[in-house]
Amino acid sequence: MDRIYLDYAATTPVDQQVLEAMLPYFSHEFGNPSSAHYYGQQADGAIEQARRTIKSLYNADGYDVIFTSGGSESDNLALRGAATEQRKRTGATKILTSSVEHDAITRTASQLQQKSGFIYAKLRVANNGIIDLSSLEEQLNKQVALVSIIYANNEIGSINPIKEAAKICHEKGILFHTDAVQAAAHLNIDLNGLDVDYMSISAHKLYGPKGVGVLFKKKFAPLLTQITGGAQESGLRAGTSNVPLIVGMAKALELNLESVETENIRLLSLRDQLITGVLENISGTHLTGDHTNRLSNHASFVFEGLSGNDLLIALDMAGFAVSSGSACKVGNPKPSEVLLGMGIKPELAIGSLRVTLGKFSKKEEIDRFITALPEIVNLLRKEKRSENGR
Amino acid sequence: MGDKVVVAMSGGVDSSVAAGLLVEQGYDVTGMMLKMWVGDCDQAENACCTPESIAQAREVASLFHIPFYVIDVKESFKQNVVDYFIQAYQDGLTPNPCFQCNRTIKWGELLRKASEMGAEFMATGHYARIRKDENRLCHLIKGVDEKKDQTYALSGLTQSQLQHTIFPLGGLIKSEVREMARKYCLTVSEKEDSQDLCFVGAQGYRGFLKQYGTVLAKPGLIKNVSGDIVGEHQGLNQYTIGQRKGLGSGLGIPHYVISLDSNKNEVIIGTQDELGQNVILTNPFNWISGNHDKHFGTAQVKIRYKSIPAPCNYTILEDSSIRIDLDKPVRDATPGQIAVLYNDDEVLGSGIIQSTMKE
Repeated sequence: MDRIYLDYAATTPVDQQVLEAMLPYFSHEFGNPSSAHYYGQQADGAIEQARRTIKSLYNADGYDVIFTSGGSESDNLALRGAATEQRKRTGATKILTSSVEHDAITRTASQLQQKSGFIYAKLRVANNGIIDLSSLEEQLNKQVALVSIIYANNEIGSINPIKEAAKICHEKGILFHTDAVQAAAHLNIDLNGLDVDYMSISAHKLYGPKGVGVLFKKKFAPLLTQITGGAQESGLRAGTSNVPLIVGMAKALELNLESVETENIRLLSLRDQLITGVLENISGTHLTGDHTNRLSNHASFVFEGLSGNDLLIALDMAGFAVSSGSACKVGNPKPSEVLLGMGIKPELAIGSLRVTLGKFSKKEEIDRFITALPEIVNLLRKEKRSENGR
Repeated sequence: MGDKVVVAMSGGVDSSVAAGLLVEQGYDVTGMMLKMWVGDCDQAENACCTPESIAQAREVASLFHIPFYVIDVKESFKQNVVDYFIQAYQDGLTPNPCFQCNRTIKWGELLRKASEMGAEFMATGHYARIRKDENRLCHLIKGVDEKKDQTYALSGLTQSQLQHTIFPLGGLIKSEVREMARKYCLTVSEKEDSQDLCFVGAQGYRGFLKQYGTVLAKPGLIKNVSGDIVGEHQGLNQYTIGQRKGLGSGLGIPHYVISLDSNKNEVIIGTQDELGQNVILTNPFNWISGNHDKHFGTAQVKIRYKSIPAPCNYTILEDSSIRIDLDKPVRDATPGQIAVLYNDDEVLGSGIIQSTMKE
């Protein structure tokens, strides 16, 4: 079957140049960077070069680059490591996040509340999924140890005012983390200007390998090690460095930033063609998230009178790989917490669809998608009506 | 590509091999798992729950390069199977939830999904066969593997359901299926056969019923076969037919539970000579190959999944239920279980046992 991939927010294929950059470090340059000998030095050189590249790409002079296994580990390290250390220093016990965070944040914060005596509070968002800065300010007090706000949400693509949010927190002496896993692929991030204390990114969302990411940490920002052991990553994350993946990630970030501006212009036009095509051709359809302040590759909808899971299956059978929200493989008809958090009613939230574009997306693919979708939606709505009528 | 088939996959050996065989035979195969009842998973507050079986089925599907989807039928399963199960026990019956699940969920929800997806057929890993006659009528036939034959629980299927069904394993015996699984390099090839009811969990069915607040202990009378009151009981569920222990003393000679009358909430006991029933009355009967033109006939009846078919005569009654007269009395005909009529290998049809008698 002729398949069309429209799920770049779930993951992306590894770029050929990235693959080639990685290959020597699987076999020929196999040394352990912690070893004193020549082999170790060669490997260590590669990861330190990668670290320097990444720092310069993100204008992150004032930051440490901590290599992790990906976005979820970076989020965990930031939340657990910062909240625990900050509580020790100031006695503050509250973790504040937005109501549209990734599970890596919400489940970590919930566990810290249930098992470690922290208090977890969620900041409501407007119905475009974006936080309100004045209500953030209202919630801040001495009890708050850490604020974590997603840069761009994975399900709805809305972009939050991170720089402003970080500033408000810093004025009250509160630490600030952002999960930039989705944002990093499409925004040209200047960390010194953004001035967050911690930021998570992941390589596989931007044509790098899976299983590797970074937690940026502002120098001197508190952080308690979560994976203890050897002294890798300045003692902040033990475990033999994954040299090929780290090298691949640096290459992927470099290539991505080289093309991000021209690619954004191209993707924006495809995305808007897609959004217009879907909204105009199918009644009872709504865009979720903000109309303009969203990632250049990201379109997300809710459809009245159908289930997102059924839609996903029908589209997959027609050769279109999309998602109903996050990359969830199990048919669970529970509506997304993120959509509910934006005030969307459960019966509508259940009919969600996410279509995300990437560097191999072509106009012709969008045309085909827009042509196929109305018929599929109509069919599913008819089936749903007859099911309900039984 | 060949006809489109949706195959029900559980992650186990049988359904995995069934999927593999269909792919080999050139069908356009889609795997599907029904998410029926995963109480534990919901409690874990895990929206994207991946029990082991889903992971295994997905792995098998990836091995065969077929699409695989999980369909949520929890609500329907709760109504049609779990509530039915609980209600039956409350009514003093011994239900057969697998029979009920097959006809309402697998051949209800799954078949409907399959047809919505444009599939002509659905398939399962059951050990049973379908034979089409010259009039294109489907006949349900026992699986070649007598020990594994599952036609008992499939006997509630209708002609129109069978018209859209494929049983890829019907001609195979279990050891051949395991052999196929090894040939396909399935990691599930050595997995144990599933035994218990899928939804009751580790607590067993009594624990499950208790958890759902089922009132089982409804006291009533114990009578002998002549209808004399000989004692009181604390609930029909404490008794099984043929049971000797716990009937109290003072009856002189050993007594046994002869039958359980759920309508009157009575336990009927008697001596060894009186043990056994030779008449079974069913609920409305499902004739597999359409309406039966004769009003009576001879057949063999199976009253439990594992019992040996027993020779009998049957008579169709006015409300389309049937009366079965066994040549020899049987001890374990139990209301709520299924009476399945066979003509050798062929399933003629079935009905839920309503009551039993000795005449």
